[in-house]
Formats: sequence, structure tokens, C-alpha cells
Amino acid sequence: MTVTELVSYEAALAGYDPVMGLEVHVELGTRTKMFCGCSTELGAEPNSQTCPICLGLPGSLPVVNSIGVESAIKIGLALNCEIAEWCRFARKNYFYPDMPKNFQTSQYDEPIAFNGYLDVQLEDGEIFRVEIERAHMEEDTGKSTHVGGATGRIHGASHSLLDYNRAGIPLIEIVTKPIEGAGERAPEVAKAYVAELRELIKALGVSEARMDKGQMRCDVNLSLRRHGVEKFGTRSETKNVNSLRSVERAARFEIQRHAAVLESGGTIVQETRHFHEEDGSTTSGRIKDNAEDYRYFPEPDLVPVAPSREWVEELRAGLPELPRLHRKRLREEWGISEHDMQSILNAGAVDLIVATTDAGAPADQARKWWMGELSRNANESGRALDELPISPAQVARVTALVASGDLNDKLARQVIEGVLAGEGDPDTVVDKRGLKVVSDDGALGTAVEEAIASNAAIADKIRGGKVAAVGALVGAVMKATRGQADAARVKELILEKLGVSEG
Amino acid sequence: MPGITREEVAHLARLARLELSGEELDHFAGQLGDIIGAVARVAEVADQDVPPTSHPLPLTNVMRADEVRPSLTPEQALSGAPAQEQQRFKVPQILGED
Repeated sequence: MTVTELVSYEAALAGYDPVMGLEVHVELGTRTKMFCGCSTELGAEPNSQTCPICLGLPGSLPVVNSIGVESAIKIGLALNCEIAEWCRFARKNYFYPDMPKNFQTSQYDEPIAFNGYLDVQLEDGEIFRVEIERAHMEEDTGKSTHVGGATGRIHGASHSLLDYNRAGIPLIEIVTKPIEGAGERAPEVAKAYVAELRELIKALGVSEARMDKGQMRCDVNLSLRRHGVEKFGTRSETKNVNSLRSVERAARFEIQRHAAVLESGGTIVQETRHFHEEDGSTTSGRIKDNAEDYRYFPEPDLVPVAPSREWVEELRAGLPELPRLHRKRLREEWGISEHDMQSILNAGAVDLIVATTDAGAPADQARKWWMGELSRNANESGRALDELPISPAQVARVTALVASGDLNDKLARQVIEGVLAGEGDPDTVVDKRGLKVVSDDGALGTAVEEAIASNAAIADKIRGGKVAAVGALVGAVMKATRGQADAARVKELILEKLGVSEG
Repeated sequence: MPGITREEVAHLARLARLELSGEELDHFAGQLGDIIGAVARVAEVADQDVPPTSHPLPLTNVMRADEVRPSLTPEQALSGAPAQEQQRFKVPQILGED
């Protein structure tokens, strides 16, 4: 891998304006593929979800999935797009074994949705409008495994193995118009756009849009032009940038790399580039693109799609509240800052917190657990928050046990730990581990007497009026009861015993 | 008169990963030219008022419900594969040596 010379980000921005184009592919959550009835279930045995249609066998005829079209229209409407009154599918011809048909069924010059926008909110609350060029329907490709080369790379491989279970799963490709005027915030805009799009897709219920599972993938096109110049520079296309953080890093890296090339008097080559998670760099795709000539033509096997205006309006009326507005409303309800809300969004915790409050927990408690203990656990175990083996209802149950005084915070943490360790639901963990706040006076009384007896000096101070010293005795009782005592009740009992009143 | 040049045939052959000899290029350019010429005769009868037609039937919105139908078994799916390995289709090296 050649080392790429970079100029500093500040220097790059001092000389140039970045222009970006973002292409996002979303795998829809339909039960079946776009053009056939094969299941889309993940994790199946290789080539167990294929049929003559998705294998492109002679004589097979595709039929479009109605939910695929409906989802495309919903996405288009949520992105403020116009919906085509009539549009066709097209064959995108290419010879590469990830599609057994030798073409991908896509849409070419007649996308189902076009001319829209998405308003995204940056970290400081500023709203940036990203214009949408189009959203069109297509299908995913099969999965290749390259054998015989170093670490599964296509270069140096002796042969490749293909699993076509994924071939034909519905994809919606969403393409922005050139994003101009973001300046130094271009990488942040790119990240915020993809984040907002992900929330939107989830809110529409058309896909889980998990980037870590490849259900949403982003290509970052980027070019630089000198300040004051109108014409765009030559762009690079960084493929398959698959996390929000990577989108930001890839844009930033390409700004610095382009500037370095241009500053040294070089020219940018229009090419595909690969992003590397380890160091945030990109390298040339090296796959020679000179044969890129897809010979698009209308797909003769699929009739045109002409969504009636009634259907479109019906779908429009059923759109959910936009995520940005939904978050604004939640933020006001919860009484938290923009920054805290942004953290919750970035952590992927919005829906989980809402579900926890829906299950009866106070919002501040729900936030505390998801953004504290549970976020920490997720980070440590390298999982997404919603992959943790604890449900919002279980978190709500823990907060209820705290509210009723059955648990204190320390014990609640142990209950959460038990649930995460697979010991059962909160009540089971409480029983099994014997985690109950002890507020029973009989049980506490002994511990209180022992604490007073072994800390006579402190007890005397308290008797003498230094009530603040009671903390040390409470601590001793808590220690003796391994944190299970009700601290407030312990304090009352100690003061009672010593004949002191708090006032 | 529409037709196809030898260069266009060579380009298409490369896109399709077909290795054609010079002789074959001449041969196919002639044959394909004849076919295109024959089809182009449609243009003689199609007047200005006839729009280009991609689908002869006046059908739109043919869709199916999102319901799972049985797939082939992996054995059936792979039965036509020239080569297989680990229950997957085995294909030759994709990128040549640079």
C-alpha cells in the first residue's frame, strides 16, 4: 500500500471548497426478494434461498414485489420527492459473477422518486438542507468469497465462490444532488445526512437500516474546487463506507488527499477508492473501470410501474412523524440539551429510551440506564445497544424496583448485570442473587448496634451534636449488609438509637 | 442506413468477455449489420406519432404479494454449475495479474 501524502485539513479548506455526492443503498426488510418469492432471511445456508428467477435461468419471469414498490414510494415521499406517474425498470449489463443474470435489474432514467430534500441537523443545532436527486429501485448482488489470496482479497485470489442468497434482495438507492457550501463542515454534513436517513428509514419501518449488517451502505463522491470557481473538480468515489464515523472520516481523508494532489500540481483521477477502517485512509480501487459501459435498456420482462395518485396520497397520509421533529418533541418533553439529544441519537438509543418509557419508566431513569451502564457494556462488548440481551421492558422493571424501594442503585446495577449475563429477567435475578434492599428494622437493628459498638468514638461525637458524622456509621452498616440496606432507614435507626434528632 | 461497425462489435465482445479473432469480428460485424438493418425497417412504417415501445402489452403495475415461496434446494440450485465448492458456485479468477 503506498503512503498517501496529505495536507492538513485546515490548509485544504483554506484553498478549496469540497463538493460531495452521497449514494446510499438501503436493503429493504421485505420478507421476499424484489422479483421472486425467495426468502430474504439472513444467515441461511449458502444457496438455499434461490430460484430460477434470481439465478437468471432461461425462461424464468420476474414479478415485482408490491411491498418493494410501496417502500420505495414511502422513502421518496419522506424525502420530499416527486413520485413518478409511470416508470420502468432497466437492465444494467455487466459481467461479474456476483449477479448470475449478467445484469442487475435497476432503474435508469426513470427513477420512481426524484427531486427531493432532507433537512439534517448538525451537532450545534444548525439545519443543513441536502437536496435529493433520486431514489430508485434495484436488487442486491450475491456474496463473493475470494479464495487463495491474502486475507480474502480479490487480488491474488485463485478463484471465487458465490452464494446467491442475497442476489435479488430489494435495494433502494438514494442519490443526493451535489452538496455544496458545507465548507469545513462537509464531513459532518455527510455523517449527519446518513444518520438522519437511517433514522428516517427506521421510522418508516421499511428496513432496520443497520450499517453494521450491510443493510445500509454509503458511497462518498467527493471533489474539490478552488474558492470562487464554479466548475466542479474531478471526483473520487469511495465505496462501501459502512459506519457513520467512517462516512465522516472518508470525506475528511479525501479532502486532504485531493488537496495534496492538487497542491503538488497533480490531477485527480476519476476512480473508485476503498476505505480502510483501521487508519481511516482510502486507496485506489485498482479495478480498471475503463470497461464501464452498462448498455442500459428497458427491462422487457417487467411491465412499467405506474403508481396511482390515490395510492401515493394514501401512503403520504400514513407517513410517521419525521425523526428530526420527533426528536425535537422528545427533547422538549425530556427537558435535555441539543447536545445530550445528539449523544442519544449517536448511541442509537432514541427508540430504546422511548420503548422503556412506554413500558412505564420515568424518562430520566430510562436515559440514565441506556446512556450509562448499558452504553458502557455495549462499548466494552463491541455490540450495538439494541443487540444487548436486555429489553426496554426489563430496564423499565428495574427502574420500577428502584422506585418502590426494593432496590437501590447499586443493587439495580447488579440486576442489570445479571440480566445481561443471561440469568433471567430482573425479578428472577433479584430472587436468585438475593438482591433486596433490607429495610426490615429487625434485620437492620443488629447491624446498627454492631456499628455503634465498634465505632464508639464516632457515636460519642454524634451524641455530642455532630450529626454529620452519622455518614461513617451508615457506611459501616452498608458495608456489613453488602450494600443491601436501605440507607435512609439505616440513618434514621442510628439517630434514634443514639437519641439524636436530625433537625 | 443504421448498422454496426467492426469497432463496435470488438467493444461489445470485450464487454461480454468474448475473445474474437479478427476474422470473427469481420464475420459477426457483417451478420449483426444485416440483423440491425432488418429490424430497422420497422422505422419505415412507424411514423412520428408512434412512440418508441419497450412493452407491447398495455399492462402496468403487475405485482405480487410479499409472500415467501419455496426456493430450490442448494443441490438443485448448484446442479447446473460447472464447478462448485463449499455449497457455492465456483468461478475462475476474476482479476488477472496486473
